[in-house]
Amino acid sequence: MRNIFLFIRRYFNFLFFIILQVIALSFLFQYNRFHEAAFMRVASEVTGRVNERYSNIEYYFHLKRTNEALTKENERLNNLLLSNFAPTDTSSRIVIDSIKVDSLEQYRRYRYYPARVVESFVVLQTNYIMIHRGENQGIKKDMGVISPQGIVGRIVNVSENYSTAMIVLNRQFKANAKLKGGGERGSIEWDGKDPHYVFLKDIPKSAIVAKGDTVITSELSSIFPPDIMVGTVNAVINEKSSNFYTLQLRPSTNFFSVFHVYVIEDLHREERKKLQEETKNNQ
Amino acid sequence: MSRLVKNSLQFIFFILVQVFVLFQIKPLHQFIVPYLYFLYLLWLPFNTPRMSLTMIGFLFGLSLDYFSKTPGLHAAPCILIAYLRPFLVNILIRQEGSEQNYRSPSVTSMGFAPYATYAIILTLVHNGYLVFLEWLHFGTFLYFIGKVLATTGVSLLLIFVTELLSFRKEKFRTNTA
Repeated sequence: MRNIFLFIRRYFNFLFFIILQVIALSFLFQYNRFHEAAFMRVASEVTGRVNERYSNIEYYFHLKRTNEALTKENERLNNLLLSNFAPTDTSSRIVIDSIKVDSLEQYRRYRYYPARVVESFVVLQTNYIMIHRGENQGIKKDMGVISPQGIVGRIVNVSENYSTAMIVLNRQFKANAKLKGGGERGSIEWDGKDPHYVFLKDIPKSAIVAKGDTVITSELSSIFPPDIMVGTVNAVINEKSSNFYTLQLRPSTNFFSVFHVYVIEDLHREERKKLQEETKNNQ
Repeated sequence: MSRLVKNSLQFIFFILVQVFVLFQIKPLHQFIVPYLYFLYLLWLPFNTPRMSLTMIGFLFGLSLDYFSKTPGLHAAPCILIAYLRPFLVNILIRQEGSEQNYRSPSVTSMGFAPYATYAIILTLVHNGYLVFLEWLHFGTFLYFIGKVLATTGVSLLLIFVTELLSFRKEKFRTNTA
C-alpha cells in the first residue's frame, strides 16, 4: 500500500497529464458522435456574446453583398406571386376554396425563422456557424438552416439565445439531394479537403448529367424542404468499380460571407420520426 | 503590472487573435491552417509548477475549443506540449541557473539556437498531434504528413514574426533583486 502511494507521489505529474489527456480525448470523441459536450451550453452563451460583438463590426463590410443576395431572393419570390399570372382567356376565373380542411393553416408543413450568423468557421475539418437565435426563440436540434442562395446546414447545439449549426462543409454532414433535371437522388457529403466543392454521391449511371446542372434538395430529406438549391455540378467523377457517379458540386451558398439565414422547422418531424421508429420496432 | 494579470491578459489576447484574426483567413490550401495561439504556452514563466503548467494547457486549449466547437481537439495537444515543456527547457537551457536569472523562455534568456529548437520541437509536436487527431477520422497518410509540415511551417513563420514584433523585456535578475 505504501508503495502505491509512493508511486503516485513520484509520478504525480505524469498521472495528472494522463488524466487530462483522457478527459480531453473523451470530450472529443463523445462530441464527434453525439454533438454534446460538457459545459457546451454555458460556453456557447459566452462565446456567442463575444462573437456577436465581433460580427456587428464585420457586418458593415459585407452589407453590399448581403443586400445583393437578399434582393435576388426577393426577385425570385416576387416572380412566384400569383398576381403575376393572368388567365389566358376571359371565361376562366379564380375560385378561392374556403373549405376548412383545404386552408393553408391546416397543412402548413414548414415554418421559417429568420436569424443572423454571428460566427462562421471554415478552417477546420468540422466547420460550424453560430446563429443569434436559440431555445428561447423556438430553435430546436436538427432543424435545417438555409441562406437566400441555398442550403447551409443543420442545427446541432442549442443554448438559450444562440445555436450552432453544422454546415455542409463538415465531414459529418449528410443530406439527401437530387438532380433537378432527372430527379435521381443521392446524398450530399464533403470530403474535408477543398472548401469550394462538395460531393453528391450514389447517382446511378443511367442519369444524364452535364457540367452546370442544378442540384436541389429532395423530398426524402428530413431536414430541408424539397427544391432548395444545393449547388451546380462542376465535374462528373466516373467510379469505374461501381454503378454510380460521384458528382463534384460547387455549392450555391458562399459559406465565407453568409450573414442572413432562415432556420426551418419541419412541423411533421416528430410524427415522421415516430413512424420510422415504430416501423423499425415492428420488424 | 503583476505577472498574473499580464499572463491572464495574454491568455485572452492569444485566444482572440487566433479566433478572430487567424481563423478568419480564407483557406489558401487544404494543408494550411495558421496556428499561433500555443505560443502562449511557450512564453509562460520558467518557475510555473509543472502541475499548473499542464492544467493551464488544458484550460487554454479548451477555451479555444469552445470557440471552434471542437471540444478536446486543441486541448489534447496543448496538454501534451505543456507537459513536455519542462523537459525541453532542462535540456536546452544555456547554463546552470539561467532559469533563475530570467523569467521566461525567449531568445535573450536561452540564446537563439536553443530557443529556435525549443519552438520548432514544440510546434511540430503540437501540430503533429492535432493533425493526427483529425486524421483518425479521415484522410490518407500523405494528407497527414503534408498537413503537419505545412501547418508547422506556417506556425513557425508566425512565431518568428511575433517574436520580432513583440517587446518582451527580459531583464537579467540578480540575487539581490
